[in-house]
Amino acid sequence: MLQVVLIVSAALFSTGLLAALSRRHAIFILIGIEMMLGAANLNFIAFWRFSPQSQPPTGIMIAIFSIAIAAAEAAVGLALVIAVYRHYRTTNVDHLNQLKG
Amino acid sequence: MSSVAFVLIAVLTLAAALAAATLQKLMHATLSFALTFVGVAALFFLLGAEFVGLALIFVYIGAVAVLVVFTILLTRRDVGKDRGANWGGAFLAVAMFGGLTWAILKTQSVAIAAPHIRALTVRRIGEALMTSYVWPLQCVGLLLTAALIGALVLVMEEKQ
Repeated sequence: MLQVVLIVSAALFSTGLLAALSRRHAIFILIGIEMMLGAANLNFIAFWRFSPQSQPPTGIMIAIFSIAIAAAEAAVGLALVIAVYRHYRTTNVDHLNQLKG
Repeated sequence: MSSVAFVLIAVLTLAAALAAATLQKLMHATLSFALTFVGVAALFFLLGAEFVGLALIFVYIGAVAVLVVFTILLTRRDVGKDRGANWGGAFLAVAMFGGLTWAILKTQSVAIAAPHIRALTVRRIGEALMTSYVWPLQCVGLLLTAALIGALVLVMEEKQ
């Protein structure tokens, strides 16, 4: 049963990777990263559920902290997208090529 | 853990995730993103981590999805469409999924059934947060404050 959960989580991770690699809109690259983080959290919860009891529940704790850090990351990332949009008037990452050699 | 419910929720989650990764209309993709996290939270509920599932719903649907919608509307000129999946990304994602699945199926020690566990109450989580994890908790508080101030500084209008 643990295998099934892990495979679902691997599929979610791969979908997030697909979004992060093939999207061109900066916000959706961020969304892909959030999906990969969600898959990692799913793994933590699954391993906590299928392992012997521990006090404190380590997997739960890591998932809670990881959700908090993902929220902070999303806030800063979206602020960056807005700042970039103010300067360059675009959110397409292909057009942000000023540093390209 | 009910297996019918698990299969249904897993299929819903993965379909929503695929829609979020490939839909061309940005608003539709954002709604699919929110639906993906509803599905992940439902999986957490099925696995017995109700508190984390609720936290996930509050944080992702209540905050992150709304923030994404606001950002899309603030960067209005680009509202509309985005290219969906391309071949290179799809190939890499499928290769990643294949590799992970191969590794999971090959590992014997993860082929186990769920043991019976004591229900995880919020009281236990709170006790752990206030005793063993009090330093990480303080650090996360500091991190969230720093992220809040940093986000404000980044989007503040520069006075000429």
